[in-house]
Order: sequence, then structure tokens, then C-alpha cells
Amino acid sequence: MENSRTIEAIENEIVEDFKLLDSFDEDQKYEYIIDLGKKLAPLEDVFKTPENIIKGCQSTVWLASDFIDGKVYFKADSNSVITKGLISMLIQVLSGHTPDEIIAARLEFINKIGMHSHLAQTRSNGLLAMVKQMKHYALAYKIKNEAKV
Amino acid sequence: MISSAAITNKLDVYAIRRQFPVLNREVKGKPLVYFDNAATSQKPQVVIDALVNYYSGFNANIHRGIHTLAEEATAAFEATRDSVKQFINAAAREEIIFTRGTTESINLVAYTWGRQNIKAGDEIIISTMEHHSNIVPWQILCEEKNAVLKVIPINEDGELLMEEYEKLLSPATKLVSVVHVSNALGTVNPVKQIIDLAHKAGATVMVDGAQSSVHLDIDVQKMDADFFAFSSHKLYGPTGVGVLYGKKQLLESMPPFQGGGEMIKEVSFEKTVYADLPYKFEAGTPNIGDTIVLKTAIDFVNATGKAKIRAHENELLAYATGLLQQIPGLQIIGRAKEKVSLISFVIDNIHSQDIGILLDNRGIAVRTGHHCAQPLMQRCGITGTTRASFAVYNTKEEIDEMITGLHKVIKMLA
Repeated sequence: MENSRTIEAIENEIVEDFKLLDSFDEDQKYEYIIDLGKKLAPLEDVFKTPENIIKGCQSTVWLASDFIDGKVYFKADSNSVITKGLISMLIQVLSGHTPDEIIAARLEFINKIGMHSHLAQTRSNGLLAMVKQMKHYALAYKIKNEAKV
Repeated sequence: MISSAAITNKLDVYAIRRQFPVLNREVKGKPLVYFDNAATSQKPQVVIDALVNYYSGFNANIHRGIHTLAEEATAAFEATRDSVKQFINAAAREEIIFTRGTTESINLVAYTWGRQNIKAGDEIIISTMEHHSNIVPWQILCEEKNAVLKVIPINEDGELLMEEYEKLLSPATKLVSVVHVSNALGTVNPVKQIIDLAHKAGATVMVDGAQSSVHLDIDVQKMDADFFAFSSHKLYGPTGVGVLYGKKQLLESMPPFQGGGEMIKEVSFEKTVYADLPYKFEAGTPNIGDTIVLKTAIDFVNATGKAKIRAHENELLAYATGLLQQIPGLQIIGRAKEKVSLISFVIDNIHSQDIGILLDNRGIAVRTGHHCAQPLMQRCGITGTTRASFAVYNTKEEIDEMITGLHKVIKMLA
């Protein structure tokens, strides 16, 4: 699905959604993320290849991408439902945008919703590696596309 | 009627808790429940004070200084060696080598004794439940020497198959290196029996005591271990200090591990004469402060009483096991008859990482993942577990907190 809204606009929407949650109840935040994780369509087995694995220390993330009409599209899955929920947000924010937009994305919403600890090395849950990999894909498509032109 | 002796023999856990300042803190707005003791234990005030005392009172480089501070620091450093000697009942103080930790102790043996004694075709036996630090050094050695690594299998309860072990032993066996207590399962292995069988086959034995030294009484002479390794930080002591015990004649026959200061008698460009034991294996300035304070930690354990600590921990283990077993879909991994106070478990269709994140959210620290024992996880057909490990300061109330937390977490994740 092509994304007509900017990355920043989608990020802001997520931040607003989180503001509706009780800031004193951390469980509510996670319930929201778990819900997103459960709703994210599971990745078809054909995409669950070793090449698509982003290995964290604990949970596994599969990330597949496609490049159609100048836009990058992502699909992903994880064996941890919390990681899957975080992934779901990243896909919501980044998928359907141009490589340049994805490369430039600062993804400040992660910080704003208080999920920055999941990007820390100690979590080792593959989220940081996933963000990097999404940007790498965008960069690769950009280079490939420019070579064609 | 309860006798007064029975009362005094019981550990006063609340008095113990007051000695550990970190237990007063909150995590995510909830009182900390610290169940990651098998990774590292918290430190009592006496240990923290002793570190401050060293750095504010007599910090100096040891062994060759002739000034007062150097003398005081050296005396304290060597006092720890005597304390460790007693703690594990070594025959001589020269048999105690200070390292950075259990991992370095094992590597020291692999790189010195191993390189000297292992030849092509020789066999080294480890077990399925080894921590990576008792696998990888031997793999490196085997690769270098064209030797063969053999693995003792385990049963469904997480106990070593001793009859299979006996079958693995042969004249080709040069070394058996096994963990005393599994960090992932809690299993206490019959090391005395393992060692006796290995010795009959003519093999040398190394015991990884990282998890056992805090829970069990260690007597290296009775055990007849050739090498025994453990870490200070799992024993209520500072991080960065470990011990390698080795039988004197073995240590004497081994080449040094690292070259440098401290480990020499005389150096010329033509030849270096190595220092006597234990200094031959302690090149460079050691971790003086933390080593000195290891004695304080040992004193704390001795004063509290290992038997008392063990009785308390066993009570926690039985209590937690009983409650965890009642949770639908929860399976305890590691049901050995002989266990220390550590429980690994998995819950149907829930990733251990998610359990860890949500328990942390409730102030409860557990460990999740493969516990640096990936071959063991593969044997159990899982990728990881959630592990709760209990120490002297943990309480039944804290276990209740974890159980309540787990019920909530399962509801959220199901």
C-alpha cells in the first residue's frame, strides 16, 4: 500500500495514540504493542528464509522487502510478540515510502513512546538491527535505481 | 514446640536483606525483585565498604613495593589467597591462582596445560550442559591439535547419563571438563564420581564451579579435582576476579599463560626465569582491589553459614517449583533430583523474551534466552528459557510477586 502521508505524520499519529494510554500503567503500553503484534499478518513461509533473518540474541526477526514504482515495501515477522508489535509500527511508518525518505527517517517516535530501551544493545532483540536493515534495503534500492537511470 | 536451636539455625532473611542496599531500590515504580543471581549476585554493604576502604586507605601496587601502602595492599591481597584456600580446602596457597573469572581460568588451563598435553587423536570429554565458556576453549584446542571433543549426553530430567560417560572414557581420554552445577538447569553433577572414573582412565579433570561455589561446600581435595574454577561476582563479591585452583604438581609442570611483570624471577634478553607458583600465572598488575574484597565476600558467606544459606535457598526452590508447576502450559526445564536454587521454564506459545520484558515492567529481574548454553537448548528442543535464580536475600513474598506477575503476563500474551 502506497503511503500518501509523510513518515513524520505517521510517527506523530502513533505518538498521539500512546498519549491516550495511561502513562502510569506501563502494562497498557505493552498491551497496545502486543495487540499490534498479534494483528500483524504472519509472514508467508517462503519469506522465512535464512537470508531474511535478522538475528538478535534472543528473538528472531524475519524481514522481507520489495521495490515497486520507486517505493520500498516491507513485510516482517518475529517469534516474540512484543518485537512483532514494535516491528508492526516500523512497517506502518516506513513501508510505502521512497528510499530517500526512509534513509532520512529519524524515527523519533520510538523515543517519544518510551520504547527506546528496545533499541539499546542490551535488549539484543533485533529491533536496532531491524531499523538498520530497513535503511540498508532503502539504500540498496536507491543505488540500484540510480544505476538504471 | 520449637527449640531455640531450631530458631537460631534458621536464616533471618530480613536481617540479611538490610545488608544489601540495592534491594531498597525500585524498578519501574515497583520494589526490585532480583532473581538473576546465577548471572551475578548483589553485594552486601561490607563488600561495598571494603572496596571504598581499599581505595581510600591503602591503594598501592603489590609485591615489590617497600613502602607501607604496598605492604598493606600485598598483605591484604595474599590474605584473600589464604581465604580462598580455606574456602575450597586446597592443600596449599600456591594452588590458588587469581584470574579475571571462571572463563579466564578455563582458558588458562586450555592454553597452557592443554597445549602442552593434548596431541592429535587425543580426546576431551565435556557434557551437554556446559556453558559456552567450557566448550569454546576446548573446541579451539581440539581444532589446533586435531584432537576430538566428546560430549556426555543427558536424560529428560537434565541429568548426566553416567553409563554413557563411562563408555566415552578410554585410554585416548586426556581431559574431562565438566560443570559442577548447570547454570541453565540447576542440576548438580556427581563430580566426585566423574573425577574418580576419569582418573581410573588416566585423564585429568577440570571442574567449572561458577555456579556451585556459592551454593555447595567445596572441598577440592575430597573431590580430587585437578583443576577447579569459580568467580567472585556470583559469590556476593566484586566483578572481575576469578580463581583457578590447580594441583601443585600440575601447575608446576605447566608453562605460563601470559608473559610480563609479576610472573618472572629474572629477565635478560637471552632468557627469562619464571617466578614460582602462584605468580607464574599472574602476569601484570592484577585486579588488586577486587581481589582483596573477595575475602570480605567469603567472610560474609562463612559468617552467614553456607548450610543455613543452602537450607533457605532450598526452601525457596521447593516453594517456587510447587507454584510454577500449577501454571497451565508452563514446563520446568531441568528436573534433576539434585538441584540448586535455580529454575528454568518455558510457557507454551510464549517467547521467553516477552516474559522477561513484562516481568521487568513489574520490577522483577529474571534472565531469558539461551543462558550461553546453546547446545543444551538444542538438546532440549527449545531456543531459550526464562530463569529465576535465588540467593540468600530472596523471600517467598518475592516468589509470590513473580507468580502473580506471570499470571498477568500470560494473560497479556495469550
